[in-house]
Amino acid sequence: MSDVSEPSYRQRIGYQAGLLGGFATLAATLLVAGNLVTQGPIAENQRRDLIRSLERVIPAEIHDNQLLDAPLTVTGPAGQEMTVYRAIQGETVTGLAYKVAGNGYAGPIHIIMGVKRTGEVLGVRVLAHAETPGLGDKIEVERDDWILSFDGLRLGEPPESEWAVKKDGGRFDQFTGATITPRAVVNAVKDGLEFFEANKGQLLASEGGVEIERGD
Amino acid sequence: MSADYKRITKDGIWDNNVVFSQLLALCPLLAVTGTATNGLGMGLASIAVMVAAGFAVALFRGIITPQVRIPVFILIIATLVTLVDMFMSAWLHDLHKVLGLFIPLIVTNCAILGRAETFSSRNGLLPSMTDGLMMGLGFTLALVALGAFREVLGSGTLFANAALLLGDAFSFMELTLIPEYRGFLLMILPPGGFIALGFILAAKRVIDRKLTERKGLAEADAPAAATG
Repeated sequence: MSDVSEPSYRQRIGYQAGLLGGFATLAATLLVAGNLVTQGPIAENQRRDLIRSLERVIPAEIHDNQLLDAPLTVTGPAGQEMTVYRAIQGETVTGLAYKVAGNGYAGPIHIIMGVKRTGEVLGVRVLAHAETPGLGDKIEVERDDWILSFDGLRLGEPPESEWAVKKDGGRFDQFTGATITPRAVVNAVKDGLEFFEANKGQLLASEGGVEIERGD
Repeated sequence: MSADYKRITKDGIWDNNVVFSQLLALCPLLAVTGTATNGLGMGLASIAVMVAAGFAVALFRGIITPQVRIPVFILIIATLVTLVDMFMSAWLHDLHKVLGLFIPLIVTNCAILGRAETFSSRNGLLPSMTDGLMMGLGFTLALVALGAFREVLGSGTLFANAALLLGDAFSFMELTLIPEYRGFLLMILPPGGFIALGFILAAKRVIDRKLTERKGLAEADAPAAATG
């Protein structure tokens, strides 16, 4: 590249700047084009992922609507926006599903949970986590049944003091070599149920008497 | 500049292998090789980027001046990696969920910048693309070898979830070598990557020495020492 017979205009600062600018423009054009082509399929993939995870915590029998239709946006306990997906049968809200997060050993554990109208847990699943493979990853349903131990529980049953891992005097098993991970999940689920309790009036209302959009 | 494709091939896959000889690209290498399938996916993505980068750099080598070549190369590589990332997210979604975190790491794969600098900017289109392909294949070989080594010892399987990457037709590749294996956690974790890499590097040196001895050459360590 360091050719001796290089033409002199190449040594000018303008050429260098123009070259960089040209490549930056070219790169930007390519990226815009790539984004246009892929954004449709990517959005569709994410939608499918979301439906798949919602279906894991809300059984098909209790709703006849499309779960992704008309979600509610509510302010969560920490002031954050929470999107709540509703299972509707006829005109009654039969269940809710929303995401919660726990502070795991290696960063946040993202969890989706389904709650029945009556406040019982329909299901809890871990969506994403960075816990230690072989120790903390037993929170995944593919590896261990532990996460199913929440099914059917509610606030007050077990009593509040038992919403903890056994090491902390609660009733949930911890894993050998990993206490922080299950503790984080238990706390997150408990927070999720408290969120339900605090907002259930608003969340379970049948759209304030206005006619309900039926899922087709 | 005459292109010696045989030399390029041999260099890329063995003599001047990105990992085994140049010891480059260790960051993506150690991060993804918990299983052979992840390694293969990362390798294929890297091949795509390396071939395309070789093409682009060789194409523009006439107008790029030495003063601004590094930013231009990085811009080209970063653009290509971002495109690969988007395309994988759109059409290889399940694999992208596994590898997604590591795809941007391809940018930090100094092997690509290194080849742009030392090879593509001095050679024509076809030799540059061949070099990218062979270097990429060599990198893939290293990824799969290390991934297989760690997966067999760590989980007792080989090419688990290969169907996710290559389609259902390749589910025959998914082997459980050691049934009822409880797992050897260390090999899956980062330290296992370093340990396995050490063994593989040592094995390559031994093989090289044997090959040189057979040829009756004196300088046993020539290929490794020249680039290390």
